[in-house]
Amino acid sequence: MTPPLAITGATINLGGRPVVQQVDLVAAAGEFVALLGTNGSGKSTLVRAAVGLIPLTAGEVQLFGTRLAKFHDWERIGYVPQRSTAVAGVPSTVFEVVMSGRLARRRFFGWKTAEDVAAVREALERIGLEDRTRDSVADLSGGQQQRILIARALAAQSELLIMDEPTAGVDHDSQDALAHTLKTLSDEGVTIVLVAHELGPLAPLIDRAVVLRAGHVVFEGPVDGAWDFPHSHEHPHSGEPSRTDGLSGEGMWR
Amino acid sequence: MFEMLTYPFMQRALIAAVLTGLTAPAIGTYLVQRRLALLGDGLGHVALTGVALGLLTNVAPLLTAVAVAILGAIAIELLRTYKKASGDVALALLFYGGISGGVLLAGLADESAAGLNSFLFGSIVTVTYSDLWIVGILGAVVLALAVGLAPQLFAVCQDEEHARVSGVPVRLYGILIAVLAAVTITVAMRTVGLLLVSALMIVPVATAQQITRSFRTTFAAAMVIGLLAAVGGVVASYQINTQPGPTIVMIALIAFAVTAPLAGILRLRRNRTYRAQEAT
Repeated sequence: MTPPLAITGATINLGGRPVVQQVDLVAAAGEFVALLGTNGSGKSTLVRAAVGLIPLTAGEVQLFGTRLAKFHDWERIGYVPQRSTAVAGVPSTVFEVVMSGRLARRRFFGWKTAEDVAAVREALERIGLEDRTRDSVADLSGGQQQRILIARALAAQSELLIMDEPTAGVDHDSQDALAHTLKTLSDEGVTIVLVAHELGPLAPLIDRAVVLRAGHVVFEGPVDGAWDFPHSHEHPHSGEPSRTDGLSGEGMWR
Repeated sequence: MFEMLTYPFMQRALIAAVLTGLTAPAIGTYLVQRRLALLGDGLGHVALTGVALGLLTNVAPLLTAVAVAILGAIAIELLRTYKKASGDVALALLFYGGISGGVLLAGLADESAAGLNSFLFGSIVTVTYSDLWIVGILGAVVLALAVGLAPQLFAVCQDEEHARVSGVPVRLYGILIAVLAAVTITVAMRTVGLLLVSALMIVPVATAQQITRSFRTTFAAAMVIGLLAAVGGVVASYQINTQPGPTIVMIALIAFAVTAPLAGILRLRRNRTYRAQEAT
């Protein structure tokens, strides 16, 4: 079966500096992959290139077996960008923001269908904010706004969910709620690629962890190993905090 | 008061005011959401060069203005996407280039400063029937696209990256928004004038969003406020013999000032309800 996401030999230069070098990453259908690493390790850059937001300098991205440049079935992909807020210049309700996740499935010029509305409601129920539908996103807490962005990705009812640090700055309750949501999705067969620098309550859900450092894959395997790995390559002056205390809940792999 | 409706020039001015009052805030809502509130201002300056070009070549100034403003809009949007850091500098260059080009060309066309004045601040007596046709068609196109493409435009203005991953040709829509703004400026030129058109795009939106919670109500409320300000301004400028542009904008600003304390009270009350909900 073709993997939903296959990156081969990806090299990405940003501002003339190689940020990602020769990285391979495959997410098989139904797999839950965590892409881990410190800030500046290239993990966000890699997924941004995977969805076409930044160009690859070398290598190739295939989505559902189609080369990125030829890929048009965007309704198969749900994307949560790295962001701390869902607020723009004009007030918008939770419903309106999540409805924009339906765009790839909506008719070009026309009203939203009952199906669109049902998908938005379902997405909001999944993240547990269905009672805030009519509220302005600006009135929500940071963690709730992050959940709204996840609901927006879920509203597309896609097969591949790519999330760029959805747990950054999210409170404990919201993290637990998110873990619950992702477990359900994963059980339903959705492929999930999660970028994070701490996993918290998500750790037990991960099938495979990939650790990036300075643009290279330095580890690939079960989550437990990922946490131990950077430890075995102690760089006392690299500025990376010790791994052991980063594991206990609050998560500070910064 | 009603005798003014018997004058054909007032009838034309009021029809133009209705179109202007509806279209300017409609496209303005997207500009505010994109945090490009000053784009309209820059395009207004550029359109002045277009007006002067029309005067110089004896072509209807509305047509040359719309053509030059559209070119300016595309230039700004391309500069913005390809050289993000210097976006505001690019805008500044167009501001200055537009206004000096306009005055310079107008001078070559032997047009007095007073003649340009009616383009800069609007003039209710100068709306001709052919102007009205152009304004009507352009206004209808802007409104149809601003409403009909609302889901796409909303997504692009709300979160460009997410819209791109939803398969929306973001760059194209960015240019479309800038072009619609350029067209709106020409629609509004006769009523509010090029230097104040941006105010009619932004102030009604700023007024509406003090009270609203959704994009849709902001969009609709801004159009209603814009309509009232434009029509009210044209009527008042007839009564007190002022230029329509400044009159319209002052009415819009008064609406903003009146709404502000009201919005403060509403917000306090809303926050209290939330806190009460969260406490239970």
